[in-house]
Amino acid sequence: MSALLKPLSRRGLIGFGATAGAGLLLSGCDGLASNDKLSKIVKSGEAATQRWQRLIGRDGLAKEFDVSQLSPDFKVNGTHEPVEAEYQAHKAENFANWKLAITGLVNNPMTLSLDQIRRMPARTQITRHDCVEGWSAIGQWTGPQLGLLLKAANMKTNARYVVFKCADNYGGEASKGGAQSTSLYYESIDLVDAFHPQTILAHSMNGGPLSVGHGAPVRLRVERQLGYKQAKYVMGLDVVSSLDGYGSGKGGYWEDRGYEWYAGI
Amino acid sequence: MATMDATAETAPPPAKPYLFHRHALAVRVTHWVNALAIFLLIMTGLNIFNAHPMLYWGEYGANPDVARQWLQIGADTNAAGQDFGFLRIGSLTVETTGVLGLSTGSNGAPSYIGYPSWATFPSYRDLATARTFHFFFAWVLIINGWLYLAFSLASGHLKKDLLPKLKELSIGNIVHDIVQHARLKFPKGEEAKRYHILQKLAYGGVVLVLIPGVILTGLTMSPGTNAAWPWLVELFGGRPSARSLHFVFANLIILFIIVHLLMVVLAGPINEIRSMITGKFRVDPETAA
Repeated sequence: MSALLKPLSRRGLIGFGATAGAGLLLSGCDGLASNDKLSKIVKSGEAATQRWQRLIGRDGLAKEFDVSQLSPDFKVNGTHEPVEAEYQAHKAENFANWKLAITGLVNNPMTLSLDQIRRMPARTQITRHDCVEGWSAIGQWTGPQLGLLLKAANMKTNARYVVFKCADNYGGEASKGGAQSTSLYYESIDLVDAFHPQTILAHSMNGGPLSVGHGAPVRLRVERQLGYKQAKYVMGLDVVSSLDGYGSGKGGYWEDRGYEWYAGI
Repeated sequence: MATMDATAETAPPPAKPYLFHRHALAVRVTHWVNALAIFLLIMTGLNIFNAHPMLYWGEYGANPDVARQWLQIGADTNAAGQDFGFLRIGSLTVETTGVLGLSTGSNGAPSYIGYPSWATFPSYRDLATARTFHFFFAWVLIINGWLYLAFSLASGHLKKDLLPKLKELSIGNIVHDIVQHARLKFPKGEEAKRYHILQKLAYGGVVLVLIPGVILTGLTMSPGTNAAWPWLVELFGGRPSARSLHFVFANLIILFIIVHLLMVVLAGPINEIRSMITGKFRVDPETAA
């Protein structure tokens, strides 16, 4: 190493030092991450991504796989089992008295039992679940298209989003970092995704009833977005014109903790 | 500038050092925008990788799919009860305590994390912030890349300066250039005004292979892009494979940057860095070797 360094001029060493120093300076500059002005600028990337993806494939379909391509072991992530009394009571009754409520900006608010949801015309799709952390798993999902439920509820003209209210108080996960705290999980999507043909409320997975780990009795599948959008333990749908009424108003549990609302990337 | 170029072509090389206009303004601007974007993309990328420090081949890949996993950074406890960090590639495991898997965090405490705090932005585990910065600078990289490519095609920079000529690709020429580099003998005089074969392969490779490769594999980790352009992710064999290739491309870019900076330092950093800021490169007359 010293032989290699010999031909270095003093100026060379200064140049090298300056470059290395810049690197260390930047990694020391975590302040950049919490700078409000900078944060606003870098967050503009999300809107650009959403507009771009809607431009190139507003009606695009997520790839559907063959049964032979299913993940042998589909990892349970997030909440493994809600501990809340209300959920535990439903679970004890095998969800016989559980009801999905559709409320908000609809002309025909309704509640549906699990049995009613199971008897609706269903779509079965084998898709890849892409987690924000980087892992992927392929599973088969069956359930009615969300659009079908929304049509039955007859949305008002000022409806813009569908909010999914979940049963679990979620406490976060170390690998996702950032500020995490316990609060009811929720998610939201806009009407483009709500009426996408692959957006379903799944009651079955891999041919059997949805397990507790994967979100029984029903979970959302919105196939063109990341795993944290696939809300589990859905108790109700609220059709709204603004996301302000929920959490910090960012449209979801993870969104309130810094993650993108548009999770197509 | 035009007069100097004309003189250089007709008259013998002047005996005194002179400044030569080496880099066009568009190349200089896009170089530094690119440098900033890639620097942040790498540091945020390593933070994102830390959320799941494992890589797989195929259409699916998660913790239970050990057969598909080809790389892992992690921490374990040895027989003596001491924790250690490791990097595993295939069946090869290397202990990496202090750097990978187990290192000292920005707060001075031991940190069980893939890449260490000094290599990531933010320096602590924060997937949300790392992603926001990563995707913003990905847009910068892509737009800047298109501007560079448009300029380079229109001006002839790509063909004239970067693409190797057939005769330059002879084994003899490549070996000669490797030997010259190994002996730290860099071109002097008029020969210093053009790129030689290793430079052409390195710069051309980064501009035409590694950066497009890292962008395309990055895009195919996005479920939205994959629904719009299903053929692209198929090209890489599925999202887990695309993620693996994204990591490989990024590491090759890191390797390039290390060699590039080393070469700048060895070849005369003031002259090299000035030429990329003001465009002016000092040409020293050739002296008897």
